[in-house]
Amino acid sequence: MAKTRKKEKITGAKALLYSLIEENVNTIFGYPGGAIMPIYNELYDIEDNKLNHILTRHEQGAAHAAQAYAMVTGKTGVCFATSGPGATNLVTGIANAFLDSVPVVFITAQVVSNLIGSDAFQETDIQGISMPVTKWNYQITQAKDIPEIISKAFFIAGSGRPGPVLIDITKDAQMQTLAFDYQKCTHLRSYNPNIPLNPADIESAAILINHARKPLILAGHGILLSKAGKELKAFVEKTGIPVASTLLGLSVFPSRHPLYAGLLGMHGNYGPNIKTNEADLLIAIGMRFDDRVTGDLKRYATNANIIHIEIDKSEINKIVEVDIEIHGDAKEALKALINKVNANSYPEWLSEFKSCNKIETAKVIKQECYPSRGEIRMGEIVSLISEKTQGEAIIITDVGQHQMATARYYKFKNPNSFITSGGLGTMGFGLPAAVGAKIGKPNVPVIAFIGDGGFQMTIQELGTIFQYKLPVKIIILNNNFLGMVRQWQDMFFDKRYASTELINPDFVKIAEGFDISGRRVKERETLEISIDEMLSREKSYLLEIMVEKEGNIFPMIEPGSSVSEIKLC
Amino acid sequence: MKKEFTISIFTEHHIGILNQVTTIFTRRQINIESIAASASAVKGIHKLTIVVITTEDMIDKVQRHLEKLIDVLKVFVHTNDEIIYQEIALYKVRTTEIMISNKIESIVRSSNARFLEITPEYVVIEKTGHKQDTTDLLNELDPYGVLQFVRSGRVAITKQTKELMAYLKEMDEANNQSAVHSQQSAVGN
Ligand SMILES: Cc1ncc(C[n+]2csc(CCOP(=O)(O)OP(=O)(O)O)c2C)c(N)n1
Ligand SMILES: [Mg+2]
Repeated sequence: MAKTRKKEKITGAKALLYSLIEENVNTIFGYPGGAIMPIYNELYDIEDNKLNHILTRHEQGAAHAAQAYAMVTGKTGVCFATSGPGATNLVTGIANAFLDSVPVVFITAQVVSNLIGSDAFQETDIQGISMPVTKWNYQITQAKDIPEIISKAFFIAGSGRPGPVLIDITKDAQMQTLAFDYQKCTHLRSYNPNIPLNPADIESAAILINHARKPLILAGHGILLSKAGKELKAFVEKTGIPVASTLLGLSVFPSRHPLYAGLLGMHGNYGPNIKTNEADLLIAIGMRFDDRVTGDLKRYATNANIIHIEIDKSEINKIVEVDIEIHGDAKEALKALINKVNANSYPEWLSEFKSCNKIETAKVIKQECYPSRGEIRMGEIVSLISEKTQGEAIIITDVGQHQMATARYYKFKNPNSFITSGGLGTMGFGLPAAVGAKIGKPNVPVIAFIGDGGFQMTIQELGTIFQYKLPVKIIILNNNFLGMVRQWQDMFFDKRYASTELINPDFVKIAEGFDISGRRVKERETLEISIDEMLSREKSYLLEIMVEKEGNIFPMIEPGSSVSEIKLC
Repeated sequence: MKKEFTISIFTEHHIGILNQVTTIFTRRQINIESIAASASAVKGIHKLTIVVITTEDMIDKVQRHLEKLIDVLKVFVHTNDEIIYQEIALYKVRTTEIMISNKIESIVRSSNARFLEITPEYVVIEKTGHKQDTTDLLNELDPYGVLQFVRSGRVAITKQTKELMAYLKEMDEANNQSAVHSQQSAVGN
């Protein structure tokens, strides 16, 4: 149990920091400014090994870094920003964490309470602005409320379906004093995240599972969030049911496992998409039937019963009507189900996935990952990195074609080793996410695949990498285009490439300015050695690889199409 | 098929809760027909009563979304036959109109309304009832010149026999159990 500090009179600012320590926080990402100065002033006195503050180069960077830190460590991330522009700069990061259900506690400072509402210097209504993209938010105007509200913030952010919480603290509340006493929040009367499973639902789900002939598991981020990778594996190995993954579910189940069926969705694998409409049972776990996964809803899961295991009740029956809802935690649900399901195997059903994989390999994967001539392809780079790291790295992406290529071709081994921006699709996420991931897991190689467009959205975070000497490996897949948008222009807008071509600066030279060594690769002949060189370096490294300019990502479920109409070219 | 629903939302009494609740409707392009906020029978718990016209399917989603809000304790959705409800309307008319004929007085009498205030310049008439009743009175008074008209949000009492207190008790018990449960698992970590 957490020790409670005895009552000493301290400032609100110090109480905030003590509260964070009580919550086992040891890393904060942030950026100072006028209104938050009392907090930074107190931070000055606290040893780095207790609370290590990482100064990013932009608040958006701090927000993404805190999110990635949370994703790789399984802890709640913490991010500080000052009032006004500091707070508004966080908004994209907060929304990103909200859509991907990642626990981050954002602390923003606010002008002194008697100025609120007067358009004071650097005053902004961040509580109002962040309301639709936070799980909860609150404004503190009195120091004495700080411990209680911070403990509530951590309880809410990290429990149930996790998500970002924002606490806005006025400058006067930071400076007043209070008698500090910390009580960890364990429950709230209006919010109970621990939902007991309904045994009848488990029973009926088990019956459906035991009678299915063509079952398919749809594994989502919820399994990672509930730390149920082991339970999933046990369940799958007992039942013999193939597993398809959503983008954010990637890495929860090993890519090389014989029962791994592949990636779902718009640019996912051929088999799991096609087979979604042939399956007679879909077991959706911790996923929310995003439109990028389902394609046309009227023609989705046309032959299947659906079991939905989901902790957020408002997600159940939101997009697709399900047959059995298991409202609760994925780990608990899987544990309960394992005892009720029969050991089984589906050799014929699995062989259908294998045939699909053969087709996809012949039509797409071979050319993408093992081309012998022509320009360098994104797929071959990702495959090479995958082989060389043996799936032991933490892989980060930005948003675009390179993101899809990475999701498709990297072979994951360990849970939480794929960090990407899913629901919001935020360009600029990659570089700061690499910062957060490296700080969270300093002993694991962190490799970020970033597009030439997205890299320039948060390029300033090279400064953070430089200052903290973070040995992250940055791979820029440079197609001189906003590639994903260009692909849509190519396919749906008569190749009218409006404002998608990029004239890029010399990325290697820019990196050099931040003391990051690097290299530009243009030819296949030097690709492998360059990768080897990058991986052998102890320090950070930037590898810019010139890839095919007008390569398109396939397979693709075109907008409005059904999963069964997935195109291979 | 769209229908009229009355939603009763019990919340913690926090700043900003109304805002959180209303965005759930605006995001889904649902118009709020009426809204009322007040204390509830349980001390410290606030009650919002919102009337909307929408489909069964949509109201289910809205209810789940409302219940997801951290500061919301309980949400009930009712159709009109499941509640006793009332609205109050006030009408301001020139006193001279009453002086000219006794028409207004007989309208007020026959519609079960009453004079709330009479001054040399104007009178204020009050009527409680359903929306139709208060609208009817407005139409009847209209020829005499209505200077001001205002109608409150709907307030409603449900016919259900299980009261909020009973739900709160259940929630409390579930919460205490899970708190014990999570403490045990925290020790295991
Ligand atoms: C902040 C933001 N703005 C715009 C977009 C729309 N968008 C999606 S992918 C993409 C192109 C990304 O280009 P690049 O970073 O070079 O990656 P590539 O697709 O070429 O691999 C754009 C503009 C977005 N996702 N995020
Ligand atoms: Mg590009």
